[in-house]
Amino acid sequence: MFEEVVLVSLTMAGIGITLSGGIAALAKWTESRQPIDSLVERVNGLLPQIQCAKCGFPGCRPYAEAVIAGERIDLCPPGGSDTVQALGHLLNRPVDVPAETMDSDQVAFIDENTCVGCARCIPACPVDAIVGAERYTHTILQEHCTGCELCIPVCPVDCIDLHKRAVHA
Amino acid sequence: MAELFALFVGAALVNNFVLVQFLGLCPYVGTSKRLETAIPMSLATAFVMLLATVLTHILYTLVLIPLDLEYLRIIAFIFAIAAVVQMTELYVRQISPVLHQLLGIYLPLITSNCAILGLVLTVADLSLPQAMVYAVGGAFGFGLVLVVFASLRERLQSAAVPAAFRGAPVALLCAGFMALAFAGFLGMA
Repeated sequence: MFEEVVLVSLTMAGIGITLSGGIAALAKWTESRQPIDSLVERVNGLLPQIQCAKCGFPGCRPYAEAVIAGERIDLCPPGGSDTVQALGHLLNRPVDVPAETMDSDQVAFIDENTCVGCARCIPACPVDAIVGAERYTHTILQEHCTGCELCIPVCPVDCIDLHKRAVHA
Repeated sequence: MAELFALFVGAALVNNFVLVQFLGLCPYVGTSKRLETAIPMSLATAFVMLLATVLTHILYTLVLIPLDLEYLRIIAFIFAIAAVVQMTELYVRQISPVLHQLLGIYLPLITSNCAILGLVLTVADLSLPQAMVYAVGGAFGFGLVLVVFASLRERLQSAAVPAAFRGAPVALLCAGFMALAFAGFLGMA
């Protein structure tokens, strides 16, 4: 009886130690490959995560990977100059773009004479800059709009255009 | 070869984990609202099923049987499944962070998917190639049923369902009808 208990305990302990050793080894292996990925994580964390693809990459994370691989850091209009500054700081790269050209100077604008109030653009907006409700004309809050253009393809009547951002006094 | 094929069909259709043995109903109902979650879930489950089968088979034949400890297999297999899921998660996060994000909570929850425990207990006494074929068949059956059910539920969203039946009730009714349909395979093997 006693021997059985010892055998069972030893077996289960052995199985447990072997399996956790396997997991630990795998974790160590991923850890050793992690540095490049954790930098991707940090760059990705600085990007606005609205997946507008204006940088030319399918989303924020692919752009972060490309930045690590040497892509320019000033391709993200929604992020604006803040993002460029933060990326330059993180990666020790010169922020050579004049800050004002980078600031997204374009904002979306809804032509309220054409808008039919379908509300399709509202869920498309990653920063909740569109106000309105179904069957009511919508409008875009200029100070929140990042000019990402995600609302333009979903509009059935093509009433959204990009305008130059009005300068605030 | 014919025997292995019979094993595959038996695992996939005749003894389908979800609709005949009623194992793994939690992910079956939980991840079938949309096709986008159902497909990755069935792929992840298939992956874990195959790996867990191999690992538990090795554990069973090399450790438990020589030591005369077959009665420990349930707890030992749960151990092994948990470890496989952990490893899968680490590996998926390493090779594809996007897929990892997509699977989200479903990946660790596979640990407690009873279809996997049911599978490894069923195939423990088979030979390793037979067990692997059975695992692939079971995973195929699970994925097939999950994808079909998810498609049904997507259709149901735009169907004219009486108010009292909308949502979960009609989904469960559909699951019942699917199980009835699968009962038709019972005579095959």
